[in-house]
Amino acid sequence: MSTPAHPTIPENGFDFYDVSAAHVDHAEHDHETGTMLGFWIYLMSDCLIFGILFAIHAVLGQSYAAGPAPIDLFEIDKILLATAFLLLSSITYGFAVINMQQKNASAMMIWLVVTGLFGMGFLVMEVLEFEHLWHLGAGPGASAFLSSFWVLVGTHGLHVTSGVIWLVVLLVQIQKHGLTPANQRRVLCLSLFWHFLDLIWIGVFSFVYLTGVLL
Amino acid sequence: MATFTETAAGHSSDASATVHWFWGKLGWDIFPFYDPLIFGTFIMTMILAVSVAGLVLYKGWLPYLWREWLTSVDHKKIGIMYMILAVVMLVRGFADAVIMRVHQALASAGILELLPSYHYDQLFTVHGVIMIFFVAMPFITGFMNYIMPLQIGARDVAFPFLNNFSFWLTMSGAVLIMISLFVGEFAATGWLAFPPLSGLEFSPGVGMDYYLWSLNIAGIGTTLSGINLIVTIVKMRAPGMTWMRLPIFTWSSLVTNILIVASFPVLTATLALLTADRYLGTHFFTNEMGGNPMMYINLIWIWGHPEVYILIMPIFGIFSEIVPTFARKRLFGYASMVYALCVIMILSYLVWLHHFFTMGAGADVNSFFGITTMIISIPTGAKLFNWLFTMYKGRIEFELPMMWTLAFMVTFTIGGMTGVLLAVPPADYVLHNSLFLVAHFHNVIIGGVVFGVFAGITYWWPKAFGFHMDKFWGKVSLFGWVVGFYLAFMPLYILGLMGVTRRLSQFEDTFYAGYFFAAALGVGLIGLGVIAFIIQIAVSIKNRDKLACGGDPWNGRTLEWSTSSPPPYYNFAFSPRVYALDAWHHMKEHGATAPKDGFVPIHMPKNTASGIVISSFMTVMGFALIWHVWWLAALGFAASLAWGIGHTFNYNRDYYVPANQVAEIERANISPAE
Amino acid sequence: MIKKCLLSVSFFSLIVLSGCNLVVLNPTGDVAAQQGDLIIYATVLMLIVIIPVLTLTVFFALKYRAANEARYEPDWDHSVSLEIVIWAVPLAIIICLAGLTWVATHRLDPYADLTRISETKPVDPNVTPLQVQVVAMDWKWLFIYPEYDIATVNEMATIVDRPVEFKLTSTTVMNAFYVPDMVGMIYAMAGMETELNGVLNEPGTFEGFASHYSGDGFSQMRFDVHALDQRGFDAWVAQARGTPQMLDRETFVELDAPTKGHPVTFYSAVEEDMWERILNMCVGEDDLCMHDMMMVDAMGGGGLEGLYNRELYRGLCTADDPAALFAILRPDLSNRMSEIEAAIALLPPQHDALSSATSQVRGN
Repeated sequence: MSTPAHPTIPENGFDFYDVSAAHVDHAEHDHETGTMLGFWIYLMSDCLIFGILFAIHAVLGQSYAAGPAPIDLFEIDKILLATAFLLLSSITYGFAVINMQQKNASAMMIWLVVTGLFGMGFLVMEVLEFEHLWHLGAGPGASAFLSSFWVLVGTHGLHVTSGVIWLVVLLVQIQKHGLTPANQRRVLCLSLFWHFLDLIWIGVFSFVYLTGVLL
Repeated sequence: MATFTETAAGHSSDASATVHWFWGKLGWDIFPFYDPLIFGTFIMTMILAVSVAGLVLYKGWLPYLWREWLTSVDHKKIGIMYMILAVVMLVRGFADAVIMRVHQALASAGILELLPSYHYDQLFTVHGVIMIFFVAMPFITGFMNYIMPLQIGARDVAFPFLNNFSFWLTMSGAVLIMISLFVGEFAATGWLAFPPLSGLEFSPGVGMDYYLWSLNIAGIGTTLSGINLIVTIVKMRAPGMTWMRLPIFTWSSLVTNILIVASFPVLTATLALLTADRYLGTHFFTNEMGGNPMMYINLIWIWGHPEVYILIMPIFGIFSEIVPTFARKRLFGYASMVYALCVIMILSYLVWLHHFFTMGAGADVNSFFGITTMIISIPTGAKLFNWLFTMYKGRIEFELPMMWTLAFMVTFTIGGMTGVLLAVPPADYVLHNSLFLVAHFHNVIIGGVVFGVFAGITYWWPKAFGFHMDKFWGKVSLFGWVVGFYLAFMPLYILGLMGVTRRLSQFEDTFYAGYFFAAALGVGLIGLGVIAFIIQIAVSIKNRDKLACGGDPWNGRTLEWSTSSPPPYYNFAFSPRVYALDAWHHMKEHGATAPKDGFVPIHMPKNTASGIVISSFMTVMGFALIWHVWWLAALGFAASLAWGIGHTFNYNRDYYVPANQVAEIERANISPAE
Repeated sequence: MIKKCLLSVSFFSLIVLSGCNLVVLNPTGDVAAQQGDLIIYATVLMLIVIIPVLTLTVFFALKYRAANEARYEPDWDHSVSLEIVIWAVPLAIIICLAGLTWVATHRLDPYADLTRISETKPVDPNVTPLQVQVVAMDWKWLFIYPEYDIATVNEMATIVDRPVEFKLTSTTVMNAFYVPDMVGMIYAMAGMETELNGVLNEPGTFEGFASHYSGDGFSQMRFDVHALDQRGFDAWVAQARGTPQMLDRETFVELDAPTKGHPVTFYSAVEEDMWERILNMCVGEDDLCMHDMMMVDAMGGGGLEGLYNRELYRGLCTADDPAALFAILRPDLSNRMSEIEAAIALLPPQHDALSSATSQVRGN
């Protein structure tokens, strides 16, 4: 329904009003695809926010203010572990969606729980890293580089946090109402969100951590 | 204010007071007892607010308001609420303008300095912020909300609840700004709050925090509304409404909302970073520790320039509807109008640097951005010509909307010319930041957006309420605005050419006084326009029976005129089928009559209180953050999050209007053409 | 009402064209005069479209008003030839204007040395531009004359027909420096250096001021510019040299405190490297100079040590061999020294206005 079909002109003239109930049901159907489209557009706008943060990191990423550089701060092995958590969570979310399409609600929920656990694992790693930096004195106010680092990684972390909260809420809702069309749509939206965050993290990992440490 | 000059930082009256764990920065000194002008306004506003609230309660209107308006998800009611917000804020922003003009006139003549510079600085800041974010934006969002779904034959927008929520977020921002008038202060940084001036070091007071939280909250609302309206246009057009049959106002809405979605996140991110600088001590835009204030200026204008087109494009759409209607003729060059809109949309992202040619970028960069700016004038000029040739060989009826349109065409052309002038970098070196610039953007915003808004209001008012607007007071308003505009801003052009800078609150000599007095007189005339507009509304409501009209009072061309006036809450009992551009005109030509029976149940969304409740919590959160009352901020955030989650547990959000009820409503106001 | 609009328009154009009393269109200095002329050329070019549009608006509105019953074609909505005209004519004008813009922007680049003193006078290759270092402060202007080793507050002087080369910075918020009679404005920003070239061609006293809002005392950030002959200028310099106080770092820190309507002040001498220190925001005793900080950052950062002891790196930038000094300061990075040196080699050697956002100060 992305482009409405051209109604053909009936022999006895134009048929200006859709008197069937059909369009009512179409509206219902539109709503489903409309939500996905709307969510996509939202993700694009969110992507723009991350785009700005990345651009700022490109400008400020080497402004250490005579303070520490990535090589002095990042423990790349731990970051790798966190990355693995997040990437795995995307795969497990994929399994959840496959199970949803096979109408296998309980398996889907198990995979969603696993996804949430991986997500929380990632968040724990991130909090530990932030705590480590904070104790070193490398807080967000220590240099422009650290400002941009904290805010970029922190914004991603906040997104993952809201993703986890959403996941928990959704699990309760599926438990309560089953795999209704509305809930299926929510699972798919969260799936988009979750994979989107993964994609952003790949950017953060390669652009902030890897280039920071290697260059 | 006497203490102010003695504070070391000097930039703000707020010498960073200690923050109380419970009260934050709040204390008795937050109320403006020291300034009789503001305190008087405060008392007056309080009396007005209390009496309005008292009246509403006494008459028992609150339940009605709550049920039918505040919690409504009907795009038409939300559209009207946006318009009301915009009119109220217009009065506030205009009052600021009057004070500024009077102050400058008196100060330039050496008679009196009405305000201390610090208050004057807040005034021009708040005037700009209010006029752009809480007058122009709600006006255009209101139009898009009300008209666009009707034009595409839809029953509502794609996400009705989100629409309501977006409105209340905008309202939340407006409320915070209004609070800042009486509780504390507003930013004294200019409307775009360039750092480092807007940073903690140079603006330690709460004014900047009001600015940031108000715009952050309202900006999110605008982005959400943009997403909503894009999906509505893409997914909910009536059968047969292909892209090239889309009414031109809907096209302009689409393009505008794409611009909104692609630029407001930049604003959100930029303001969030400035907020981080002020709250978390980061160094994005500070002078020290590697921060880079120039980055802010780039980012804010990467949002800011598309914003200019966000304001003007729906207005172009409005004029493109009005001119064919009153010239009784098809729009000339529909396709080129559409292409022009799309070209402007893309080009508007390639010109932001022209706002700071004087920053010292090289000649190549400056001329590139100068030339891209000039290129925009080509599609814009094409649109003007298209309106002209729509009038050509037409039968023009000079109703109010058409009069506003002609005023626009003349005024906007002049504003466009001075705009291209400012796009020539070496000319900008001498005109930048001058009153010439101030005159230019008021020329395009008043001559473009404001005239367009009034044209749109007088055009669609009969649709929304079922009666015309009073013509006499409309003409008085038009006269006040148009003559007042020229009287107020032509002197500013001249002052700019005399090398007078904007934002001055004190003057060394009285040489310029004559021009400033003329400008003040002009603002007085505009005031006549504003008052006449309010009288016009009052008179029209009083004479509503005499002014009553059917569904299609202007002999319109697009689908909104195929409904009754006002349209039923479900808009269309039967979805219209579209076979041509100007669908309603085509239907009338072929004698379409709405079916009188065979009604089917209509699927509609239910009202919800979630939008207003969550936004209220967010207002509390914003206020608490401004005053560093951390516990209350946390509470406000938690409450809005909890209510938001609670909202998602409500699956029972829609209902069917039974067929017999539809039949009843339709039979009551059938044949809107009559 | 339409007539009134038109009247205002013609009134306005008249004023623009006659240019009486309007300093922007009729300035004394040659650069500003060229900028002013450009406004008139561009306006005239645009009037080629603007006047027909305004005329047609009024003409069509009158001719096709319903009462007039002129020719009516309700379905006429398209004409290829007309559309070509309405796109092509503005396009042609914009092409001309774009050419004009390109040439004028390059010729009147504020960073470029003057190519002429006035319409009739070429640049004398033996005369170097007068150097003036300008500091925007809260809320006053400081002018340093490095050739004469004097400084002034809120007053400056130039020599008639001698080009002036301004270097500008700020100790506080962003500002803009504007002398309408001499040359268009340019921003002054902390930790950054911008440049402006202009000339005054007639003796007199002209106005200069801040043209970018900078906070409370902004309205009073005004100063007089005296255009003097050589003798008058020498006397002015002598007057400054005759004052007791000199501009040393201590005086500067005092001066830096916000004041409104600061009186005209002269300083008989200026401490060595004052401008470098102002520009690098390290006039105060404890500050690490911006260029030292940039050098540390370019070499890979100051490490955790730098969080607590930034002063360690003081003077790095001006050292004979920064890399060697840095190797001593940060032995932990010695295994990466070759990479660091390669990175330094990649840095731009000069200020580069184009990429000012990242490299302006680093280039030092």
